[in-house]
Amino acid sequence: MGNTVSNVIKKYNGDETRLMDILMDIQSELGYLSDWTIEQIAKALDVPKVSVEQTVSFYHFFTKEPRGKYTIYLNNGALAFFHGRDEVAQAFEEAAGCKFGSVTKDGLIGLFDTACIGMSDQEPAAIINEEVFTCLSPEKAMAIIAGMRAGKTVDEIKGAKFGDGQNSNPLIQSMVNNNIMKRGEVVFADYKPGSGIKKAVGMSSNEIIQLVKSSYVRGRGGAGFPTGMKWEVAKKAHGDVKYIFCNADEGEPGTFKDRVILTEFPYLVFEGMAVAGYAVGAKYGILYLRNEYRYLRKYLENILEQMRDENLLGTFIGGKQGFNFDIKIQFGAGAYVCGEESALIESAEGKRGEPRDRPPFPVEKGYLQKPTVVNNVETLCSVVRILINGSEWYNKLGTKESKGTKVISVSGDCAKPGIYEIEWGFTVNDILKMVEASDTQAVQVGGPSGSCIAPNEFPRELSYEDLATGGSLIIIGRKRDLLKDVVLNFTEFFRDESCGSCVPCRALSGMSKVILERIIEGRGTEKDVASFNKWHSIMRKNRCGLGQTALNPIVTTIKNFPEIYKNKIKGKDDRFCPSFDLEKAVADYDAATAEAR
Amino acid sequence: MPTFVKFTIDGVVCMSEEGRQLVEAAVENGVFIPTLCNYPGIPPKGSCRICTVMINGRPVTACTTKVAEGMEIQNNIPELEEFRRAVVEILFAEGNHLCPSCEKSGFCELQALAYRYRMTVPEFPYMFPNRDVESWHPKIMKDHNRCILCKRCIRGIHNSEGKPIFDFGKRGDKLVINIDSETSKNISDELAQKAMDMCPVGAILKKEKGFDVPIGKRRYDLAPIGTEIEK
Repeated sequence: MGNTVSNVIKKYNGDETRLMDILMDIQSELGYLSDWTIEQIAKALDVPKVSVEQTVSFYHFFTKEPRGKYTIYLNNGALAFFHGRDEVAQAFEEAAGCKFGSVTKDGLIGLFDTACIGMSDQEPAAIINEEVFTCLSPEKAMAIIAGMRAGKTVDEIKGAKFGDGQNSNPLIQSMVNNNIMKRGEVVFADYKPGSGIKKAVGMSSNEIIQLVKSSYVRGRGGAGFPTGMKWEVAKKAHGDVKYIFCNADEGEPGTFKDRVILTEFPYLVFEGMAVAGYAVGAKYGILYLRNEYRYLRKYLENILEQMRDENLLGTFIGGKQGFNFDIKIQFGAGAYVCGEESALIESAEGKRGEPRDRPPFPVEKGYLQKPTVVNNVETLCSVVRILINGSEWYNKLGTKESKGTKVISVSGDCAKPGIYEIEWGFTVNDILKMVEASDTQAVQVGGPSGSCIAPNEFPRELSYEDLATGGSLIIIGRKRDLLKDVVLNFTEFFRDESCGSCVPCRALSGMSKVILERIIEGRGTEKDVASFNKWHSIMRKNRCGLGQTALNPIVTTIKNFPEIYKNKIKGKDDRFCPSFDLEKAVADYDAATAEAR
Repeated sequence: MPTFVKFTIDGVVCMSEEGRQLVEAAVENGVFIPTLCNYPGIPPKGSCRICTVMINGRPVTACTTKVAEGMEIQNNIPELEEFRRAVVEILFAEGNHLCPSCEKSGFCELQALAYRYRMTVPEFPYMFPNRDVESWHPKIMKDHNRCILCKRCIRGIHNSEGKPIFDFGKRGDKLVINIDSETSKNISDELAQKAMDMCPVGAILKKEKGFDVPIGKRRYDLAPIGTEIEK
């Protein structure tokens, strides 16, 4: 075991900023990171143990205890429950003989919950030893456990039926499906690998930045910051070394577009990174990929290797002097907050994913304190297309203030969930028709951190000027209990995913869950509902987007579905204390006195 | 020669060196901006949020903001005072704070701010978390019940070799401050005292000593928090 630690640390030259990789490699060899192992790592890196512990304990996929030879991480997001997660979980528990959150006595099988794994259109889904299993049913769950008991490998259990597109590529071989339902002109159009870079080398870096600026393309991760402006600031920023990050930490529940883009158009993404590097003067690119998408690793690494062979990466790219750029993949380890750009950078430096104070912004002081551009997967694809087709072409797509297309992940209660690349300006109604949704109670726009809208807002259009979205629509049918099935699930999600640094975010997300449960159980008051709006204004003063939007599931449903809350608190008089559960209190008393007797 | 800049806090013209931390610049001008995670001499990390002020209509933490010419800052306005009271209440409800028996009572910044904001009964639900008391370290005791996770000790306390003694563990509502049993082993009495003094509450205590200042003579008995700054 000591050898494993020293070998891995040697591989990374004892560089503590590579702690994420070090921990990941050691865990994949030893199965878990014991106290002893952590101590060895700390000694070898010459840092206090508590500093290693800091990183280990922050991420969901690092574990200090064995999690079984086979580790099943079953998604516990709302979409999984929509499609029968309860029954699947029960089948896993019964077949394995242990509860979620534990490992079988013989150490063979571990059952664990995990937040959305980016498979919302094929739920319930699970990650088993880095392989993704989709569309699970109780029968499949039982068969999976039987396979494990019979000593089969995960590949054998998985079988040979693979998903569409590149999912059947020999280097992926996954049952995951892309489900691309509508292709647009920007991302999901035909692409000849290398054409973006070919175009770029004929231009100066300033010309590229001016072109990107004149296209008005904005960040596709959700914040919508103008990409050209970001690049310009990074180009002007002082720094001997600069970095380009591609943010593929797609953790917003209900969002899975980046997974599909990376599966089908990796060249487009990587070339986008190289172009960004060329434009701002950066030589290094890092794809920060969420650990849930680790099954794409071999495939993506092979693409990078091919690009090096084709002179699309490396030195003198495309024969151009001074165009040197290479890309490495940095995996996350299970933390939604790392999708926030400064938390992502902290994570890539081997630390807990805690967002930084701004200023300075990453474009001035980012990764290793050097100027850093962080762009979303889809943004980088758009830039390459703009390079090839021009900004005039791009400006014709979309609306006045939202140019181009948007790739939307659609999931929930509809006949055709999947990926839709639409021009900005489509209304929610247009999309509901396209995905064949009927009897829709609500639509969650932009994931839990976005807003939950009612049918009266379905005529609104998706655009930065109206309904902005980072890329997902979750369709909620009338059969769902909106508060219990959706809002409560999202509230728990934010509680679990807070980094814990800002007081309001750390405490109020958990406290909100307590109050929300009270309301759902019929013990809430008008005052409880009113307090949420007040708490929301407190949350707006958190440091990062996660904290600022963590109460959005609650406050947007209070605004758009007031009658649901009204019915829950009907007849509750604020002069009394409905939060006090009289029956439970009496039962406790009875039990206590019965014991005494 | 340092450059001096003019800015306003609640309309009053103030002056300070350019680039000075807003919290300190305010103090120089007789204005109190409450803080909990901020501590003079250690890098700021706007995490408690209580020093939030409004600049150009946007909330920013004063501990992480540097003053610049012409800045218009709102500080003592009802919205922010209400927010600050809420932060104090949240911290009381989030942990297990029993002031009457706490060694830091009368010196505790959280308690002092609760008095300043006239906290009575928090409107937030008490979470009654189950937290540990670490009494096995040779020089210090760590009572996690009282910890407000401000990160002062993480940023400000290092052993003689410059290595940190404290660091965060876990995340979200399970966030905790861990003590390194190796680097905390041979710390001096002075460092233990420094850690206790730096802690805004009674979460880090120097062992073998306590309650040595009688009630009535403790820091905040003599002058409520902020009054030493406000003119």
